[in-house]
Amino acid sequence: MAQTDIASPVADGMVHATKVGLVRVLGPAHVWALGVGIVLVGEYMGWNFAVGKGGAYAALIACWFAGLLYSCVAMIDSEVTSTVAAAGGQYTQAKHIVGPLMAFNVGLYLVFAYTMLEAANALTVGFLMETVAAMAGHEGLNPQPFIVLSILFLAWLNYRGVLATLNFSLVITAVAFVAILILFLGTAPWSDATPLRHAELMTDLPYGWLGVLAAMHFGLWYYLGIEGTCQAAEEVRSPARSLPFGTLAGIMTLVIAATLTWYVCVGLMPWEYLGQSGVPLFDAARMTGSTALLVLLGVGTLFATLASANGCINDASRAWFSMGRDHYLPAWFGAVHPVYRTPYRSIIFLVPIALVFALGAPLDQVVTFSILSGLLGYTFMPFNMIMFRRKWPLGSIKRGYVHPMHPVPAIVLILLCAVTFFAVFLGYGTQLIAMVVFYIVASLWFHLRRYRYVKRADQFTMPWPKPQGY
Amino acid sequence: MDVWTFLEVAAWALSALFAVLIIADWIRIDSTYDEDVLTSSREGEIEALTEEHR
Repeated sequence: MAQTDIASPVADGMVHATKVGLVRVLGPAHVWALGVGIVLVGEYMGWNFAVGKGGAYAALIACWFAGLLYSCVAMIDSEVTSTVAAAGGQYTQAKHIVGPLMAFNVGLYLVFAYTMLEAANALTVGFLMETVAAMAGHEGLNPQPFIVLSILFLAWLNYRGVLATLNFSLVITAVAFVAILILFLGTAPWSDATPLRHAELMTDLPYGWLGVLAAMHFGLWYYLGIEGTCQAAEEVRSPARSLPFGTLAGIMTLVIAATLTWYVCVGLMPWEYLGQSGVPLFDAARMTGSTALLVLLGVGTLFATLASANGCINDASRAWFSMGRDHYLPAWFGAVHPVYRTPYRSIIFLVPIALVFALGAPLDQVVTFSILSGLLGYTFMPFNMIMFRRKWPLGSIKRGYVHPMHPVPAIVLILLCAVTFFAVFLGYGTQLIAMVVFYIVASLWFHLRRYRYVKRADQFTMPWPKPQGY
Repeated sequence: MDVWTFLEVAAWALSALFAVLIIADWIRIDSTYDEDVLTSSREGEIEALTEEHR
């Protein structure tokens, strides 16, 4: 990590003459760690509510369809972000390709999705500490100091520099992923002595195909957040190579992790129990009777949770920073730390918001708000992709990656989003409507009040060719 | 004081420490550097140096 004070009057003798920006220090492995790190907690908890909605097979169908949805997201993001290589990810894409109002909305989706997920992760850390204390015979542990500590420690890490932050994510994400592989190998599915009992535990669809539809809501948990790789665009050394490589390797990792997780868990627990479990992989390890696997999956659960919160702080702050830099929000948020080269004011500003939600809101509401914000973001992507190819056809601008079969992924994505919206409406219709109303009010504020302060020269500084027909 | 009670206190103390570290540095940076320098980042400026769009 560069620790040079690039704005120091001592260093160059020219007081405040040097511009301060984010620093390009990341590689493809960090992009992978950012994407998989945010998501992998969904394998450790949350996905299994899909089992409760429709049974084991419904969760598998949801796993594959959600996998298809996110593969489309990863392909589209890889192409667009390898071209629009700036912090803000999908927000920046929307600004250049669709327009300011769409960009403002996408920016809000990103900040809310990641900040709510960070709060949910911190709540989970508190829950894990409570559980471990109870297992050790100490009832009534106060989870609040552990919730606060996890948010403040990770905020401090993010404040101090992006390289250390994502190196930390890389290590703990790798441990959490390897723990899933070891659990699978530990159950020895090829052996006669395996504890897996698929033949006895698998049932037909208990709620029919409606249950499969309802399971799609929680099927998103297997992959929710892989699109966060785009937020590293301004800090990777080679965006055209690292972003597609890290993102696509990430979705492949997650498809493997999700399928193994489903296979092991449904082979160890009846669907009625699995559908309500708080920590399904940890419970699966407990069912094997191995103390080593129990400890490993306990550590994996904690690491996955911390990696997710860490990535969420990174991504939410980049989105907020980008909106401040473009004057969509007060320009004060667009500041970069001259030594650590991080968007430090955005990181600080989002800490109390995460704390309020982590300490004062119920977990399911926080998670639902995060999922719905993410889903709105995915719905924007197909339109964004089609407009991108029309405005800048192949050959008109340098692309780091060109996704195959356009416009098939965009069409598949919009269809799967429509199905998932219906599935979410079945379970959380009120929250869905309330959230749409919130974004409409925010859009009106932006259009009628805020946009008058935004100058074109402030928001479009990237040297892009004009779109076709402009 | 058992180990879990100690861990609760330690978590509060560490939380306070990280908060103080962040806030102290924030105040130091904001009072040392000009606002124009801190907010001088522009989208795509590094990009313009490292990537050439056709």
